[in-house]
Amino acid sequence: MVDQSVVGRRFTPVTAHVEPGRLRYFFNTLGETNPVYRDPAAARAGGYAGVPVPPTYLFCLEMMDADTPFEFLTALDIDIARVLHGEQSFTYHAPVVVGDTLTFRPQVKSVTDKKGGAMTLIEVETAVVNQHGVHVADTTRTIVVRNGGAA
Amino acid sequence: MSVLANAAVGDRVVHKSFPPISRHRLALYCGASGDHNPIHVDSDFARKAGFPDVFSHGMLVMGYLGQALTDAVPPSQIRAFSTRFAAITQLGAQLTCEGHVAELSEHDGERRARLTLTARDETGQVKLAGEAVVAI
Repeated sequence: MVDQSVVGRRFTPVTAHVEPGRLRYFFNTLGETNPVYRDPAAARAGGYAGVPVPPTYLFCLEMMDADTPFEFLTALDIDIARVLHGEQSFTYHAPVVVGDTLTFRPQVKSVTDKKGGAMTLIEVETAVVNQHGVHVADTTRTIVVRNGGAA
Repeated sequence: MSVLANAAVGDRVVHKSFPPISRHRLALYCGASGDHNPIHVDSDFARKAGFPDVFSHGMLVMGYLGQALTDAVPPSQIRAFSTRFAAITQLGAQLTCEGHVAELSEHDGERRARLTLTARDETGQVKLAGEAVVAI
């Protein structure tokens, strides 16, 4: 079982490029039709340097371009079949648009046992910086590990 | 000018419904998101893990909630966006996303609204409960 000793642990940084084709596929998958996302001219008219990413896309970019997308699980010896996503948060500091290159630096922020150890909540916080060194966002995912015993 | 310009506390400013979540949608989202966890696309794997079938990525539902949010507020005006995944979203779920103004405030000279957000399925069960802070 994961314990407090992993708090502060850092995982391999991920560098991801915001590619227009992959982003279009994401929009198609969600049925997105908002012109700010679908029409570069509309995005520029709206004051964006390029097509902006949607609010949850930073989470995707980090997984898409990681050599080991589930490193935070394998490194902590957690079985992916026992994991649920408990919470997710994003704090945005600056815009992210098509063409940007982002670096993600994840770190374990907290570990909390719940229900007498039947579940463990693990918070991983990730700072996101763009190609100009601008800190564009912080994301935090909380995963729930079902430890078994109490099904 | 967003719909929030004249909004008051209690107003519903976000509201959008989505088509039922199909296996095909989950497969597409698996590729589109980079989240290749088999539990969302491989029913054999899901059953072995103790679930009756595959189920939606929480982040697909949060993606829908984000879409409903940016229909109302330009993406550049969103300062923060968070959710708790309150219940598993099953295959076939028809989601409705809503957001209400909970608070109006000012931060370093910027007028802001805090919105409470929900994504519910067709039975009314809350799947995601969250909030966003947006510039007005």
